[in-house]
Amino acid sequence: MAQERIVGIDLGTTNSLVAFMQGAEPVVIPGEDGVNLVPSVVAVRGDEISVGNAARATLLQSPADAVYSAKRLMGRDLTDVQEELKLFPFQLADGLKAGEVLRLKLGGREFTPPEISAHILQQLKKNAERFFGAPVTKAVVTVPAYFNDAQRQATKDAGRIAGLEIVRLVNEPTAAALAYGLDKKRDGLIAVYDFGGGTFDVSILKLHEGIFEVIATNGDTHLGGDDIDNFLLGIAFADIAGDLKVDVRADGKILQALRKSVIEAKIALSTEPSAKLAVTLPDGQKYLREITREQFEQLAAPVIARTSAPCRQALKDAGLAADKIDEVVLVGGSTRIPAVRALVDDVFALSARGKEPHTELNPDEVVALGAAVQADILAGGSAVTEELLLLDVTPLSLGIEALGGVVAKIIARNSTIPASATEHFTTGVDGQTNVAIHVVQGERELAADCRSLARFDLKNIPPMTAGIPRIEVKFLIDANGILHVSAREQRSGQEAEIDVKPTYGLTDEQVETMILASFDHAEEDITNRQLIEARNEAETIIAAVEKGSGHPAWQQLTPEEFDAIADARQKLDAAKKGTDHKAIRDAISVLDQATRRFAELMMDSAVSSALKGQTMTAAGDTLGAGPTAPHPFAPAQFEESKKK
Amino acid sequence: MSTPNYFEFFSLPRKLNVDTAALEKAFYAQSRKLHPDRFASKPVAEQEAALVQASQLNDAYRTLKEPIARTEYLLSLEGVQMEEQSRAATDAARASNTEKKQVAPPELLEEAFELNMQLEEMRMNKKTGEDDPQLAKDLNAAKANFEGMLAASQAELESLWNAWDAALDADNSVAKTAAKDRMVALLNRRSYIRNLVRDVNEALE
Repeated sequence: MAQERIVGIDLGTTNSLVAFMQGAEPVVIPGEDGVNLVPSVVAVRGDEISVGNAARATLLQSPADAVYSAKRLMGRDLTDVQEELKLFPFQLADGLKAGEVLRLKLGGREFTPPEISAHILQQLKKNAERFFGAPVTKAVVTVPAYFNDAQRQATKDAGRIAGLEIVRLVNEPTAAALAYGLDKKRDGLIAVYDFGGGTFDVSILKLHEGIFEVIATNGDTHLGGDDIDNFLLGIAFADIAGDLKVDVRADGKILQALRKSVIEAKIALSTEPSAKLAVTLPDGQKYLREITREQFEQLAAPVIARTSAPCRQALKDAGLAADKIDEVVLVGGSTRIPAVRALVDDVFALSARGKEPHTELNPDEVVALGAAVQADILAGGSAVTEELLLLDVTPLSLGIEALGGVVAKIIARNSTIPASATEHFTTGVDGQTNVAIHVVQGERELAADCRSLARFDLKNIPPMTAGIPRIEVKFLIDANGILHVSAREQRSGQEAEIDVKPTYGLTDEQVETMILASFDHAEEDITNRQLIEARNEAETIIAAVEKGSGHPAWQQLTPEEFDAIADARQKLDAAKKGTDHKAIRDAISVLDQATRRFAELMMDSAVSSALKGQTMTAAGDTLGAGPTAPHPFAPAQFEESKKK
Repeated sequence: MSTPNYFEFFSLPRKLNVDTAALEKAFYAQSRKLHPDRFASKPVAEQEAALVQASQLNDAYRTLKEPIARTEYLLSLEGVQMEEQSRAATDAARASNTEKKQVAPPELLEEAFELNMQLEEMRMNKKTGEDDPQLAKDLNAAKANFEGMLAASQAELESLWNAWDAALDADNSVAKTAAKDRMVALLNRRSYIRNLVRDVNEALE
């Protein structure tokens, strides 16, 4: 079975990248133009859709046909983006309602944010396929650590729409920590400060023999370099309106030209003491303004200062004083700004302790590189990654709205994921067959002040006297940070049917209708690939069952179960010889079901045999033998900082 | 197939003194085996089983490594129902006009009464815009006093752990019940004091 490559993707607010593990090192895959960074800009001209640098050109010439920073709209509704609308030229469709997924007007058509992101993902997929000369259907995609459930779901939806199976969502700071390939032998406490175009995250991690354990995370998903740009734009608007009597905001083209000038100036000021804003207005007047680094820092100060509180909160949640942090890693283009580095130095008392933050890896690429490493781990791991493991956390507390609109917290923020909780509900009225549950995320006491995640309707509850049914609801946050819910009425043992109405999101049906036509693939190619994939999956499960039959737990199966498994396996063998990929998938599903209990038995026995008859310490020693290979991809060695 | 309780998951007896360093080691070792990332290329049934097991592992570790969580968990295993102490529960009870069990520890009643008067005065001052530095000082002193009590209660909790563990070893059900009751009282007291400290912090904001 050909080992299909899983790629790592950084789907950023400003730029996106795709990377993969090339031997012992992660490497970024460039686009056709040879450039690593693909601007997260999408342009629509009739039927033609362009992504990246080409779309950026359209943004300057024909702004109504292009969109940028769409990541700011993912998992959000009309009421959430009111601030964004003032500062970004998003054209929302008419008739949008609160709680509904957003729709943007673009090039005469309408797009939801997941669809915009899907086009970017599809471009990255194309770049990777061109590079490998082979199909790419699986990816690890990064998200801000502070993204809530709706924002994560929207990202997964974007993957599906693009024909890409997102096998794992990884938090950006965690990915960065992984990319740094911090020496496995070097245990320590790390802070990752990730200040990108649209989002800010700070994560505190504990590294121990290849395990990257996130202790606490915090951030702001409405805070990034874009906000600094907008401050500068504000000054420019005021200047031009005052001195040259022109309202720039009304003219999309001038606005974009000015924005481009502002961004170039901002970047220059990281290394130069002054820079110029320059733009030619339609009436021929020229706007020219010199701006010094001092002035820039004064303007940007309020934005940069907002990164301080999440850092302090994360340290507090971690139960650590700032001077207990051994290393700080800087991620994201905005960390090139000297004033940002000064704040980081202050918050983490770095130079006071003779330390410097880590910037050896390109802050624009480090997240994608980390995603590639995680992709390698998930693909089964190679020699360099097999001892690595990420233990991440959920950033926001999960709660249920209870009597009086108050939140009952069921899973606390910074709980290691996967995490679960079980709650019990009952009915209030005789014969009631439905119970509604409202799940929220956030730290506030009232549900109205938290983020609505979804409303679950538990249906088909057997009608009983009020208060008698005992409905057990299991909440599980998976390794992607996404919530799954299952429910059972305990007295009758009946599984309750759950209808999920995701707030701010697309339903499965909606996603199905949006799945993009593959770019240059003919119809046969698609079917062919689906057939190949189905056959591969069939091989995998048959091999697993074959191996499993040698396991002691196999003996615990009943004769009926043996027969069911043998039957299902025979049917699958037959199906995979054919060409109907749907039939193969159905047969896989049947074998899957037939072996479910066996899988559980194997798991139980794996856990208990590991610790049988041993003291906890001894068991730890046997199971936790540390890796011995030298660390492969740390061009960054930790040297004690040289005093200047 | 029943779910093992958190102590069983780590093959530990139901004792309250736990070697947290060894617990962490076992947690890391178990994570390497059970984490969903290890099952990403396995069939769906295995992935789902791993997901459930991994979440149990994480829930168990999170509960057992933190002293108060561990104590509360043990008490719940032993059939003790802790009264929901959160402000949310209090407000909800008030909103729905239901009775809430009075858990104000008798020895704190006087101090609590005086504190509440001071807090009320502080709130009124805020409304009228008055500033009373002496009042703020008094409130800070009260807060420090309560925080001192919380710190002291940690030592008391640890001695109760020893009492419980010994009773368990001796299989002495009378001693076990006594230890349990004292732990419940201590936890309630801690909750109550924490709520007072929170109220002071809010008033001083």
